[in-house]
Amino acid sequence: MSVGATAGTQVSDEIDALVRQDGGRLLSRLIAHLRDFQLAEDSLQDALESALAHWSRNGPPRAPSAWIMRTAQRKAIDRIRRAANFRSKSAELAALIALDNAAPEEPDDDFIADERLKLIFTCCHPALDRRTSVALTLRSVCGLKTEEIARAFVVGADAMAQRLVRARHKIAKAGIPYATPGPEDWPMRMEAVLEVVYLIFNEGYAASSDQAPRADLRDEAIRLCRILASLSAGEPEVEGLLALMLLHHARSAARIDAAGEMASLEDQDRALWDRALIDEGERRLRDALRRGRPGAYQLQAAVAALHAHAPSFADTDWREIALIYDALITVRPNPVFELNRIVALSYADSPRAAFGRLAAIAAPLEGYQPYHAVRADILARLGEVEHAEQAYDDAIRLSGTAAERNFLALRRGRLRPSPQPPARQARSRST
Amino acid sequence: MRYMALIYSVPGSSPEYGSPEFGPFMAAYQAANERFARDGVLVAGDALEASSTATTVTVRDGRTETLDGPFAESKEQLGGYYIFECANLDEAIRYAAMIPTAASGAVEVRPIRNLSARP
Repeated sequence: MSVGATAGTQVSDEIDALVRQDGGRLLSRLIAHLRDFQLAEDSLQDALESALAHWSRNGPPRAPSAWIMRTAQRKAIDRIRRAANFRSKSAELAALIALDNAAPEEPDDDFIADERLKLIFTCCHPALDRRTSVALTLRSVCGLKTEEIARAFVVGADAMAQRLVRARHKIAKAGIPYATPGPEDWPMRMEAVLEVVYLIFNEGYAASSDQAPRADLRDEAIRLCRILASLSAGEPEVEGLLALMLLHHARSAARIDAAGEMASLEDQDRALWDRALIDEGERRLRDALRRGRPGAYQLQAAVAALHAHAPSFADTDWREIALIYDALITVRPNPVFELNRIVALSYADSPRAAFGRLAAIAAPLEGYQPYHAVRADILARLGEVEHAEQAYDDAIRLSGTAAERNFLALRRGRLRPSPQPPARQARSRST
Repeated sequence: MRYMALIYSVPGSSPEYGSPEFGPFMAAYQAANERFARDGVLVAGDALEASSTATTVTVRDGRTETLDGPFAESKEQLGGYYIFECANLDEAIRYAAMIPTAASGAVEVRPIRNLSARP
């Protein structure tokens, strides 16, 4: 072979890019033809390996996606033929061969959209564990490599590969349908899909590990939600979630300060917020709200939009934010929303009144770090330094990441005036 | 596809015979059974006697041994089952949710292995 390593690497990069761009579309079309999740996945892998060999030799074909699709279909035929019990599949085999012999024809956009939506609903079926759905969606819809997903979730590649195989096995054996749900199941199923998308996004903030925030997962969640929004036109909660993620993502650059420490909303340099993302988020939110079917994601996006608009932390419309949390709690009762409502009220009314409200949610949030951090902050504003320190200690004890612990320790340190100028002084930027 | 719906509940949580709740409880099962039959999904279904009447059988080295009661002590116990013939898991879940005990206990839905088809 006269192929240099550079050419091989270049082809390999091209194939990776193609999978990221078209992987979900290719896989959903294969599943549509093969009616077998694992066979589709295996055949696609075969085709990609074949592409690496052929393209390194002869250069990529004119229509790479179509090439992969056709090769994967032939690989599937090979796999079925090789299987010992292929007689029971002879009808399917005949259909596949007929398909292969037919003139290559690009399916229309509606067909592709429908098949992709089926793929997303299958990966996010409520009969699958949520974590499994997250991994399967990243693999099958977003086209991430198994090793990439394993890295993102801090597990071994083998363990992740096994989890994915188990998931496809369950889809086949338990009879999870490859279909978009009917109208009666649609709301519940869409909720499960959005939950998975939001889990991917939040995983991007690395809340439970010491890794740096994984921006790629946030981008992935936003990309996925854009696809979902284009596939399911007029779903206000899909637009709401997209708006929520865009508005949060807009603050990314300000979340870590010049000293490399986590910056709270209060301390963030608002000039670093991404105005383009904020504008898009607000536009998506307006589109969603216009449909007159508010939901939990739209309301959370509305809170994020109020923050995005506020010139400063002090000049935030806390009264309005508290009202939105009231609405949220009606739609989806949740002690964490109660906690956020209390934070808003601590600025809209008084810290004293807010503190009184904390007792009601103490029991369910006892093991929840932000509850203790909020409690510490309110106590500090009431001048109860000792109690605030204890509350910070509780929060630090419950924190899962070093960045968060540092952040809480810094805030705790600021409770008592020190002879040295505190860390706040050192925060002026060099840019 | 065939699915087995295994009905689990905490012993004593279902209404006793003679209590005022017993009638409506049985009527709910009656209605569910009629619906299953009408929709053509019902293959079989039975209630089991209390787990205190169970005998666990094991064969080790050719010797049959018996144990009084269920093998594993758990809070929720198997109290009955249905076998449904459904197109897919979504349909099976829909029918499993109609089993009255699903509202107080839990129903486990398991596909029945079809050994005559491909493995």
